Formats: sequence, C-alpha cells, structure tokens
Amino acid sequence: MSSETKQILTTDGIPLEVSLKKAEKKNKIKAFLLVAPLLFFLIITYVFPIGDMLFRSVDDKMVTQMLPKTFKAMENWDGQELPDEEVFAAFHEDFIKLVEDKREGKLSTQLNYTKNGFKSIIKKLRRASKKFEEGNYKEQIMAVHKRWADVEYWRAIQRRAPEFTGQKYLKGMDMYVNEEGKIVSVEEDRRIHRVLWLRTLEIAFFVTVFCFLMAYPIAHLLATLPMKYSNLLMICVLLPFWTSLLVRTASWMILLQQQGIVNDFFVGIGLVADDNRPEMMYNKTGSYVAMTQILLPFMVLPLYSVMKTISPSLMRAGKSLGGTPFVAFWKVYFPLTIPGIGAGCLLVFILAIGYYITPALVGGASGTLISNQIAFHMKSTLDWSFASAMGLMLLSGVLVIYWLYNKIVGIDNIKLG
Amino acid sequence: MASKKDFVKFDKVDKSYDGKVLVVKDLQLDIAEGEFITMLGPSGSGKTTCLMMLAGFETPTNGEIYLDGKAISSIPPHKRGIGMVFQNYALFPHMTVYENLAFPLRVRKIPKDEADKKIDKALSMVSLQGFAARMPGQLSGGQQQRVAVARSLVFDPQLVLMDEPLGALDKNLRESMQYEIKHIHESIGVTVVYVTHDQSEALTMSNRIAVFNDGKVQQLSSPDELYEKPVNSFVAEFIGENNTFGGEVSDISGGKCKVKLANAEILANPISVKGKGERTTVSLRPERALINPSTKMDNLHKGKIEEVIYHGDHTRVRINLLGNPEFILKVPNSSSNLDIKLGNEINIGWNSDDARALDPK
Repeated sequence: MSSETKQILTTDGIPLEVSLKKAEKKNKIKAFLLVAPLLFFLIITYVFPIGDMLFRSVDDKMVTQMLPKTFKAMENWDGQELPDEEVFAAFHEDFIKLVEDKREGKLSTQLNYTKNGFKSIIKKLRRASKKFEEGNYKEQIMAVHKRWADVEYWRAIQRRAPEFTGQKYLKGMDMYVNEEGKIVSVEEDRRIHRVLWLRTLEIAFFVTVFCFLMAYPIAHLLATLPMKYSNLLMICVLLPFWTSLLVRTASWMILLQQQGIVNDFFVGIGLVADDNRPEMMYNKTGSYVAMTQILLPFMVLPLYSVMKTISPSLMRAGKSLGGTPFVAFWKVYFPLTIPGIGAGCLLVFILAIGYYITPALVGGASGTLISNQIAFHMKSTLDWSFASAMGLMLLSGVLVIYWLYNKIVGIDNIKLG
Repeated sequence: MASKKDFVKFDKVDKSYDGKVLVVKDLQLDIAEGEFITMLGPSGSGKTTCLMMLAGFETPTNGEIYLDGKAISSIPPHKRGIGMVFQNYALFPHMTVYENLAFPLRVRKIPKDEADKKIDKALSMVSLQGFAARMPGQLSGGQQQRVAVARSLVFDPQLVLMDEPLGALDKNLRESMQYEIKHIHESIGVTVVYVTHDQSEALTMSNRIAVFNDGKVQQLSSPDELYEKPVNSFVAEFIGENNTFGGEVSDISGGKCKVKLANAEILANPISVKGKGERTTVSLRPERALINPSTKMDNLHKGKIEEVIYHGDHTRVRINLLGNPEFILKVPNSSSNLDIKLGNEINIGWNSDDARALDPK
C-alpha cells in the first residue's frame, strides 16, 4: 500500500517512472547506436583476439585428437611400468591413421615439445611400421628404438592426454612438470625467460624514471611559457610523433654506433680514446636511450595537461606565505602534479614493457625484451600457443601493475588529458 | 606606537614589461601604517602591477619600494612577510583548511600548539570555526574567500595585499564580505593594500583611494573627497555617475568661471582651468541638479525629458539639456515630482560650486 501511495503520477495519470523511461528511450537508443560501431570494433579487434589467444595458450587438443584410442587405453595404466599390449596396439592404430593422413610429423613436433627425442624415433617408427605384422605390437614397437621401451617416453605421451594444459605458462617461467608431476625449474643454464622478464621490468622501470626526470621540467616549461613559445616547444615535443618509429630508431642507430656521431663527438672532446669507443648500441644502453626518447611525449603530455590547470597564483601564494621557492614547489606544486605523474608513468611503463621494434633494432642480445621473444616464437618456431601464453602473462603483468597503482595512488587520481 | 606615515613608500617607480610601454609611470605613493588603501582603476591601468611589485612577483624597472624604511626590491617574496589574498583565492586544493592555514606557520617553524592557537584565532576571526578539516573544494566561494583572508593574516603580517579578492563572488556576498574585511581591518589594525576595479567596493572599504589610469595615480584621497571633489575628468567619470558639458572658458573671476557651450553659457567652479579661452569639461553629479529648485541657484536651464526609468527608491530621468542629450537626474521617489512625464519641459537648477570645470576630455 505504501508503495502505491508513494508512486508519483504525471498529469496524464501515467506513473512518472514509466513516463520517464518512455521519454528517454529514444535518447538511449540513439546513444547506443552512436557507440555501437566502436563496440563492435572493440569486440572484433580486441575481445575476440584476446579470447582466442587465451584459448590458444592453454589449448592442447591437437595431440588429444591425434591419439584418441591411445589415451583411452592409457586410462587404465598406472604409469609405473611400461604400458601393456592394449596401449601399444591402440597407439599403433592411431599412428597408422596419422601416417595415412601424413600428420605424423606434427605429432612428432608436438611430442618433442614435451620431451626431446621423439622426432627421430617417430621417423623410425613410420618406416618400420610399414613392415609390421599383425599382433604383438608391443614387441615390434619396442624393437624399433630403445626409447620406445623407455617408460619415460610413454609417460611423456600420457601427459599430453588432457585437452587443456598450463605447461606453456610454466615454460614461460622456465618451469615444467617433471616426471613425478611436480612443478620444477629448468636447469640454471637453460633459464632464458626469467632473465628476459626481469630485464623487461628493469628496462621499463628505468625508462619510466628517465622519461619522468626529463619530461617534468619540459612539461613545466610548456605550461608556464607564454603561448607563442610554448606552441613552438609543443611542436618540438610532438615532432617525434609525426616521424615513423622505424625512422627514429634507425636514426638512433646512426647516432649511437661505434663510428657514429655521438662517439665521434666524445672522441672529439677527448672524453674517450679513439681506439676505445664505448658500445652504446646493441646492448641495454641502446634500448634505454632510444626508448626514453621515443616514449618521452607520453610522459610530457599527461604532465602538461595537469600542470596547465595549476594556477600560477598557487606558487605565488606559497611564496608570499613565506615558503622558499623550493618549499612552495615541493609542498604546493608537486603534490598537485601527482595525477599527471601517475598517468605518465603508468602509460610509459606499460608501453615500455611491451616494446618491440626499438629493442629489436638497437637492443642487441642484452637489450631485447620479452616481446622480442614472443615475436620469435610467432615467426620462427611457430609455437603460437607459447607466444600466446607469454602474451597473456605480459597482459596480466600489466593488469597487476594497474591494480597496484590503483591501490597505492588511486585510479581516480589519474589524468590523461 | 606611533604609526608611520610612510610605512610603504613607492619612490619614483617605473615598470615596463617590454621595454617599450610603461605600465607604471613615476609612481610616488606613501601608505601609512594601519591604513586601508585601495588601488582603483580600469583593467590595464597598472594597479595590479603595483601590487605585484610590492609582493615581490615583479621587479620595478626603475625606482625603489620601501617597506618600513627598508628597500625591498632585492628581497625575494618569501622573505618580505607580506600577506596576500589572490584573485581566485589560491587556496591549496590538496590541503585541508587547517593545513592551508598552517602552511605559513610551518615554514616559519612555529611550534604546533602555538600555531594551533593562531589558526583557531584566524578561523574565528572569519567565523569559520569547525571548518578546519574541510578541503577547499567542499567550501562555497564565500567560505573559500574567508579562508584565504584568514590564511593571509594567520602569521601576523604587518601588511596584507588583496588582489580583487571579491571579484568571483555574487553581489550580495560581495557586499557582506566588504564589511567583514573592513571590520577585520579595523579590529586588528593591519595595513591593507587593496586592488579592485569596483568603485563602490573601494568607496565602502577604504581610508584612502588611489585612482589609477594609464600607469599613473590620478587622484589619491579619501572616498568622500574623491567623489565630491574629483580633480580631473577621468576621476569624475570613473567614480560615480557624472554629467558633463564640454565648452570653453569665457570669463574667470572670484572663484567662478563662465563656460561657453555650443548655444548657452553656464557658471562653474574652476578647478583645473586657469584663464580665458581654455577648453574644459564641466562635471556635475546627478544628485546635485534639482528640478524646479525652491532655493535660488545660479544655474537654471530648461530641458526636455527624453526617458524616465523607474528604480524603486528613485527615478532616473534622462534629459536633453543644453545640447547634452545624456543628462541624467536622480529624483527621489516622492509624491512631489508629478510633472516628470516623457516629453515635458522642466526647469533644472544647480549651484556653480557643484559644477566643476576640469580638464577637457
């Protein structure tokens, strides 16, 4: 009853809420239609590929589908001793079918990811299988190569039974599931990814720091100079944006190489000896220098947009109240720029963490990042699922950073422009 | 404590920003201790520049400013100990009201309990007790303004500068804040230099007003003198309403002069005219001219009513008088003024003492 009395009616006697909804319906449809193209675009170009990537990184159906009977037979196997004839026979049946379809090569590649040594014994098995007699496949297969008589290899096959696997993620962390099913790290001299992850974080962190140190004064100048000078300076800041990334990186190569302009200059002013020119490229230094320069605008712009809104009278107030210029800056100006600092740092860090072309060109062996490794697996080894896994690890890393940032600084405290 | 006549002294101060135009020209100004002085003028007249030079954010191009006998041109702003209220309050948006007020005390290393007392006192002075924990963004414009005033006073400066502090407030609030600032000034006796372009604000609050135009002080005097006895036609025009007649002095004798207009002659009080033949602008306040005066007045002319505007307590009447179609009269709202009708011809009279013959426009 109370709700009835509370309901407000329009002059025509329709409930106000209904009337309001009706009145706003048209606007809502209009608004949705305006957003719709972008929404579809995002779904097609962003949500869908990332979903596909996620799927790919854990998808392990290939082997499951190639050896359906084998895995069925293996269900009863305890994995302690060599499997019995039933498994061997099923494996033979599956294998013959693969050979007919000429797909046994793929199987060998896949199994080789799990354990080295499958490639050659599958090749041998293919040749030998043509002469196989019916029955007692266990003996015949084991006779092809001694590895076929090794229980480790059969366990390796069994590990590929599930349709989904997280092993690519473990591989990305230089870890794997060993024979006992435990997650362990690979041997020290084969750990390549952890180094890359750490290096990626390190380079991204320092590039962010360098960008911040250089961008802060520039942004301040931009925000305080009179219009005609600040426009010119703004163009200088934006100029790199209008130049191809590749061209910029290539020009850094010209500058930084051992016979390059920077080295010539150092030799010219007597800073270094001519026969002792420092290597500034194809190592971390190259990555630092080029990435800092390329990412600088991403730091300058958010800082500038925040600084522009800070009234110059605040600094004056700080000074007139007795604060030295430094105190006025540190207590008044700096805290007000934190939203810009946060936005700039987050932007630069996230961009740097996934940087590819520049480190690939000027980074050399010690200056490449995880994205170069991802590209390597996309283009060279064609292990797309591994590339996807690492891509997703990178993405989740970024999300973690974003989450941390939100915890510490607060995402409301961000200003991109 | 005897108050100093020249607590603040501008001595032959010039200021130019671009080396071509002087924004402030040969400024000579003494401000007494405890005085409330207002720099009044249109925008671009150099008043804010003067304030900024006093605060230390601009340096004089020539000349020197003295504060309490000391030359201050080479002292940076933070060492001058001058309180300042800015146009848009300039409260630190990331600090609470308390922290805003504590800022000048902290940089002076005043112990916390003493600082707290000062902050309490300053907040109660602007009747904002209980607002200490608020952020400036949570306050209304008027409250922010009060915080700004409290902050400029909390460290007991001898001199407070206010740069159009009420410009952003609405009319009613502005008026009440005018009185509030005036009362604060009276109760603590601090010297205030106030900048505004609003003449009524200046007239309400100040002990003395310096009218600025074109980089120069046109007149420096008390509010009543400024209104009653403007020394030149700019001041007469700028302060209050003003009726003018442009003409030529035809005779001058015995503290009176005759001014020949296009088709008439009026009697006026010679202020800045010296002799016959000079061009002059005669200035007359609207309330000094009467309709059908009952007493004898030495100027009496006929005019035609062109427009009548009802203002409640008074009526403004625009009259075409002696070739000036913009002659304004203020008629108090009383039953005696019945013949004020559009198109009527009426007699208007004024005393020649009130008609000031000033420099020509």
